Amino acid sequence: MPAPQANSGHATRPPEQQLRVASVADVSKTYYMGTLEVEVLHGISLDFYGGDYISIMGPSGCGKSTLMNILGCLDRPTTGAYFLGGEDTSKLKDDELSLIRGARLGFVFQSYNLIQQLDVLENIEMPLFYQGFSQAYSHRAAFQLAERVGLADRIHHKPFELSGGQQQRVAIARALAMDPLIILADEPTGNLDSRSGLEILDLFDELHEAGKTLILVTHSDELAERTSRRIRLLDGRVEQDERMGV
Amino acid sequence: MNEWVFDSLPPAPESRQRDRRSRFGWRISQITRLGVKSIFSHGLRSMLTVLGIVIGVAAVIAMLAVSEGASFEAQQQFRDLGANNILVKSVKPVAVEESSRLGFGPPQAIVYGLTHADIQTISDTIPGVSNVISSRIVKKNIWNLGNSMNVDVVGTAVDYPTSRNYGLRDGRFFSESEMRDHGNVVVLSQEAADALFPFENPLGQSVRIDSDYYDVVGIMESEGFSNLGQNQAGASNSAPARVFIPLTASRSRFGETTTRQTAGGMESETVELHEAVIQVEDQESVIGIGEVIEQILARRHRDVDYTIEIPLALLRQAEESALRDQIVAGAIAGISLLVGGIGIMNIMLASVTERTREIGIRRALGARKSDIITQFLVEAVILSAVGGLIGVVLGITIPFFISTFWGMTTIVTPVAPILAFSISAMIGVIFGIYPSIRAADMDPVEALRHE
Repeated sequence: MPAPQANSGHATRPPEQQLRVASVADVSKTYYMGTLEVEVLHGISLDFYGGDYISIMGPSGCGKSTLMNILGCLDRPTTGAYFLGGEDTSKLKDDELSLIRGARLGFVFQSYNLIQQLDVLENIEMPLFYQGFSQAYSHRAAFQLAERVGLADRIHHKPFELSGGQQQRVAIARALAMDPLIILADEPTGNLDSRSGLEILDLFDELHEAGKTLILVTHSDELAERTSRRIRLLDGRVEQDERMGV
Repeated sequence: MNEWVFDSLPPAPESRQRDRRSRFGWRISQITRLGVKSIFSHGLRSMLTVLGIVIGVAAVIAMLAVSEGASFEAQQQFRDLGANNILVKSVKPVAVEESSRLGFGPPQAIVYGLTHADIQTISDTIPGVSNVISSRIVKKNIWNLGNSMNVDVVGTAVDYPTSRNYGLRDGRFFSESEMRDHGNVVVLSQEAADALFPFENPLGQSVRIDSDYYDVVGIMESEGFSNLGQNQAGASNSAPARVFIPLTASRSRFGETTTRQTAGGMESETVELHEAVIQVEDQESVIGIGEVIEQILARRHRDVDYTIEIPLALLRQAEESALRDQIVAGAIAGISLLVGGIGIMNIMLASVTERTREIGIRRALGARKSDIITQFLVEAVILSAVGGLIGVVLGITIPFFISTFWGMTTIVTPVAPILAFSISAMIGVIFGIYPSIRAADMDPVEALRHE
């Protein structure tokens, strides 16, 4: 069993910097709209390494979201392969993809996507629930995660009783629950005011320092500036892929 | 650079599968709680949805209770006549009735009906007949001082009560010796006793019929049921109560010819016996013996001035018609349950559309298709089971009110609520499957984009 505690493990693995967690190899994606064929991605190849702090930027319609969906195992590439943790995801069945989404990926969305009927603790527990962990273990882990993101006193609040920044922190705690290989964040500060946006970015920085692998899709230069690897997409191709400060 | 990270991989899927099953209780309780929450978050909508099931289930139970009660009553009547009995009764034949109205002159007595010779033949020639109890029924006024009452005076044999599951409440029935001696003794029915002796114990008192006094030796139980098959032959309305005297006394006191005042003048008829109860040793042979009696009487009578009633056959008929009633009730209830089920399907489809985004979130967080199916199916079952439960409560109360306010017999058998409830739960599954599958088959990307 992986330890879902947020603040243990990663910092003790510096060699991970060298390890590949995911790679897309010559991935293209074509959508069919009636008779119209729209090729959104044209043969993208990228490698992602443990501890990477990546931002993916680009104008609307450049294929950012499509790439995110493929990285998140929510969608399959039309051609090419996506390897996650050494496993070729194109060979997996739907149920196996579900398990992988829950276990190896953490999602942070622009609009938080918390489940309104559930309280903070239950929202954080959800990935653990679908992986079949016991209730006692899940409660304990979820509480630790809530503490980690500074919401220990809000665990029984419903999402609508929280501010946007707090909701996004719940979402981050939820993304950390299974200690995933990659945390995928889609415009995580897009719905937040600048102050809570900064708080969230600080939290991402902390996670990066703890050795997590983060991929952020964003329009915001401010956000991108914090990352150590910046990928720019244009018209479904990688236009730029630069590493900072290395 | 080309090494993969393996150390933080989740456990192999097999062990996770095993784990999933062992956490079944938590999962179900979690899913159930969620289902209840989402049902209560749309309280009114859920209530209206469930109404179809409520009505369906309540209808099943109430209708079954009413039809069960009615058939029980009908069967009770026939059972009281005795399943081993065959009733033969005298009936005024239509042809004779008309001929008596022709011509003028003094009224002529119409002769019809069963005779002592008929009964003798039946009891002598048919094997398997254990006893024959023949009766004469004459309408008379019965008096105790100033109290009087119009009754059927039944002249019968000593074992009349045992032939019909009709017991004595007090005193005794008349004896063989009183029978032999044409004794002036009478056994009153409960109704007659209450009317004639409102304040005293009738036992040991005497009552007057015509000009003769009869000693009251016993009182029968209240009849309770309709005196089907015990009307005076030819009379359209039966007297409200009956009293019993020895058959011999009836013959010698009243004779065999009775005269009645009718709209057209006087009408008299001569009937030896009004009815006979033929007891058969073996219940299996009742219907066969009934046919033999029919043949014997057909040969001995010119007109069909008798009827043969076989309570067992009537009982069978009543049972059949009860079954038919239940099938009809079941069909109606089934239709309303079907309609209820469609309502549930409708609301589940709406709920799935409404919660598209939630489905997307859950799929992204690791829910398999089967997890989504389970969630929505549990919700549909909760909806229909809650409806079923309310329906069961209503279905049990409605017959109670029917019995209280209309005096109908209703019987709620334990099978009906159990059956109705399980059908309603099953309807939840059946009509929940399609919406659940639709929820599970949604594309996660599309679902997450849904507003």
